[in-house]
Amino acid sequence: MHAAIVVFPGSNREADVARALRLSGAKVSMVWHAETVLPPGTDLAVLPGGFSYGDYLRCGAIAGRAAAMDAVRAHAARGGLVLGICNGFQILCESGLLPGALMRNVDRRFICHRQTLRVERADTRFTRSYTQGQVIDVCVAHGEGNYFADADTLARIEGEGRVAFRYCDEAGHITVAANRNGSLNSIAGIYSEKANVLGMMPHPENFVEGLIGGTDGRGLFESLAA
Amino acid sequence: MKARITVTLKTGVLDPQGKAIEAALKSLGINGIEGVRQGKVFDLEVSTPDAASAQATLKAACEKLLANTVVENYAIEIA
Repeated sequence: MHAAIVVFPGSNREADVARALRLSGAKVSMVWHAETVLPPGTDLAVLPGGFSYGDYLRCGAIAGRAAAMDAVRAHAARGGLVLGICNGFQILCESGLLPGALMRNVDRRFICHRQTLRVERADTRFTRSYTQGQVIDVCVAHGEGNYFADADTLARIEGEGRVAFRYCDEAGHITVAANRNGSLNSIAGIYSEKANVLGMMPHPENFVEGLIGGTDGRGLFESLAA
Repeated sequence: MKARITVTLKTGVLDPQGKAIEAALKSLGINGIEGVRQGKVFDLEVSTPDAASAQATLKAACEKLLANTVVENYAIEIA
């Protein structure tokens, strides 16, 4: 598994996601946003968390139109894997690789806490080390994670089984209280039509080592590297 | 020529910032305001020769970057 992490001015979680990928056996290279091609042999393009371009204009808006994103778009069109975490999810929506938009959290607060998620599918390249319905304990840290799509788009995403993760309580129940940012249908992550692109607000890369507080994020990187 | 682009949230899209501003206006004792929606204004200098080509350039600017048409509308005014 060769992973290429695209780094934008203002990205700040690239080292953490690189560490998580390497722990699972992946080879990792960093790609500057001005590059027009991904390294040869790239299996997975990763858009890390952070505050690309200082969140100017809209979160992910400027990064979504960077030169490297044309390469990521071409990679996705060939069926290549793309993972966007947090700001990376915002970039995927802004670039048109995923539908919908991430709006200001409903209570206007930046939220930063442990968060349980329900794994909606365990048959994708991103989640095959989990089981369907499994509850995983990861982290969230964002101000704009409130997933929005118009009614038709939302119905299509749901109908096609493209919800990857939902915010849930510790027992796996989808509750209003567990959906702190106000996302429609408690959506924490979605797939592209062919499930080769995943965008998610939570940070699985935070929890890959017991010393740090949890290992439930590992399954995602192990799924990819397997 | 000069142009102004106004970007606003579409109807039905939640605007937490607008709600906060509305509450702040109420707390300042400014009554009679029934709703606030926050948007953005861009003032641009356009070098295209005529209004029609300026319109086309500005429309491209809105569609490609200035507005996220999933959640936002835009309006173009050419001075």
